[in-house]
Amino acid sequence: MTDFLQQVVAGLSSGSIYALLALGIVIIYRSTGVVNFAQGEMATFTTFIAWTLVDHGVGYWGAFGLTILIALAGGFLLERIVVRPVEGKPVINGVILTIGLFILFGGLSNWIWKAEVRSFPPSRPFPTSAWNLGGVAVSKQDAGILAVTLVLMVLLWLLFRYTKLGLALRASALNPTASRLVGIRVGWMLGLGWGLAAAIGAVAGLFTAAAAPPLDPNMMRPVLIYAFAAAVVGGLESPIGAVVGGLVIGVVLNLISTYDTHLHLDLDRVRLPLALALILIVLLARPTGLFGRQVVRRV
Amino acid sequence: MSRLAVARTIAAALAFAASIAFILIAPHWDKVGDIKGAQMGTYFIAIVGLNIVTGYTGQISLAQGAFMAIGGYTTAFLVTHGVRDLWTIPVAALVAGVFGFLLGIPALRLSGLYLALVTFGLAVAMPDLIAWDKLSSVTKGGQSIQLFGSKHLLGQGFNDVTVLGHTTSFNRAVYYLTWAIALVLFLVAWLLLRGGPGRAFRAVRDSEVAAASSGVHIAAHKTLAFAIGAAYAGVAGSLLVIAVAFADPQSFPAKLSLTILVGAVIAGLGSMWGVLLGAAFVEFLPVVSVHISKSQGVPDAIYGAALILIVLLLPAGVAGLLKRAASPLTTRLYTRS
Repeated sequence: MTDFLQQVVAGLSSGSIYALLALGIVIIYRSTGVVNFAQGEMATFTTFIAWTLVDHGVGYWGAFGLTILIALAGGFLLERIVVRPVEGKPVINGVILTIGLFILFGGLSNWIWKAEVRSFPPSRPFPTSAWNLGGVAVSKQDAGILAVTLVLMVLLWLLFRYTKLGLALRASALNPTASRLVGIRVGWMLGLGWGLAAAIGAVAGLFTAAAAPPLDPNMMRPVLIYAFAAAVVGGLESPIGAVVGGLVIGVVLNLISTYDTHLHLDLDRVRLPLALALILIVLLARPTGLFGRQVVRRV
Repeated sequence: MSRLAVARTIAAALAFAASIAFILIAPHWDKVGDIKGAQMGTYFIAIVGLNIVTGYTGQISLAQGAFMAIGGYTTAFLVTHGVRDLWTIPVAALVAGVFGFLLGIPALRLSGLYLALVTFGLAVAMPDLIAWDKLSSVTKGGQSIQLFGSKHLLGQGFNDVTVLGHTTSFNRAVYYLTWAIALVLFLVAWLLLRGGPGRAFRAVRDSEVAAASSGVHIAAHKTLAFAIGAAYAGVAGSLLVIAVAFADPQSFPAKLSLTILVGAVIAGLGSMWGVLLGAAFVEFLPVVSVHISKSQGVPDAIYGAALILIVLLLPAGVAGLLKRAASPLTTRLYTRS
């Protein structure tokens, strides 16, 4: 039983990173109807910005905050300049555009910071020790990552639910024309959606580097697939679904690797194919995910 | 024939002749050479295939490289089991085509975005799938399959090849083999797309409801397009393995699928005019971009930027540009797009 709980805790920690990235994907999808294939590469790029800041003598948490602000502004500008023309266009334009961003940001990370592997963060952001809860060792890092994820989620929920800005954000995603009529600057809101998503992605990138050092330009590639799986399980439209999906996928993948005594799946190799299979199964069995709602379209 | 049709036919003949001339000259030109030229040929084949699935039938596939892997590993497996390499090419097409057909079935239930997600996942997961130890009887797990020296292989490695009394270097032989196949497959695709199946594909792409009410069997044509596109990729992957005499999971990374997508978008989705240019772009950009910086991220950054610029400024790719330039001035002046 303690072994089981141990694996669940470890799964929650990696799952919260998937949840963060998936949350970014869902926010962008809801606000602009584009699935952002570049979400992971953008996160890597911003993590390298944080590395540069630390390299220039900024403290880790200071760089953390600054990076989030930079990501917020960067995401906003990206939407205003590049993404806007494909909104409301055929799906394929959005896919090709964000695949372009995926290749571009991957290339830029490799170009600017070379393909070198770097140790980052310089010192662990969370203490390396662990608590012992009834035989289950909970590392303070895992707990810290999970806690920050949950706090971010609550903040976002408060933002969307109880602030005027959040109301405007939801209104622009739901009905741009009507929102414009009541005086909401819809363009700004869509940009802000991308900014928020990029900022959350930055946190995911920073935590990926912290949880699985070193910092490497390709670190978010597999995480992106898990995040897609999480978003799809959650229905692609539901922020809560994305978070639950991310945690579930983190835990399930970990449990399979521990208790797989029949199939001998060699989990290091099949983590990605398993996530892919999960995406496929959910899409075929329940195309709207576990939390999505059925959309009826007029033909 | 109307004057427009005559002009089109002449333009097509000229473009075709110029392409043939380029293909014949390219290996003698030191900037291209046999190896890069042959690789460009494999890109060419894969791009034509992707264009059939995505450009003409409107199903977004980001997994063309994964089907190349299936074709490549089919060839590697058969050659190690004593089959002559040239005969493995059609088998590779068939095997990849069957897998494409199988993926096409769930694809029927997935709308555009979701299909993009699944095929992207497939492209990323493919190297891991190849290396999965349950498949090691076919793929040798994560190790590469070495074919060098096999007597079933063209030139048994990299020895000279004699065809009909002419002896050429191995690389030159692979070059001509690749482009001969590429031209045949291009003509097959062209005939297919201008005939009944092509019309049905485009109808499915433009409006499924309208296509179905005109008697087009949607499911059959969608899966057929997937199978054909995958078969083309299978041939490309097979040729890639023959050219380097080994197969490795890392020969078919997710990046390969994306590279083919870049080539297809630059060539122009839904048109056959720009394919050679698309293939040349993805093959030679890394060579040219060395002048900017030797860092390996540079070609990627340019691929990405090119993809973005094309979507924003030139959605029909090079082919659209050519078409616009070729249309009579009056049409350009009096129609607004």
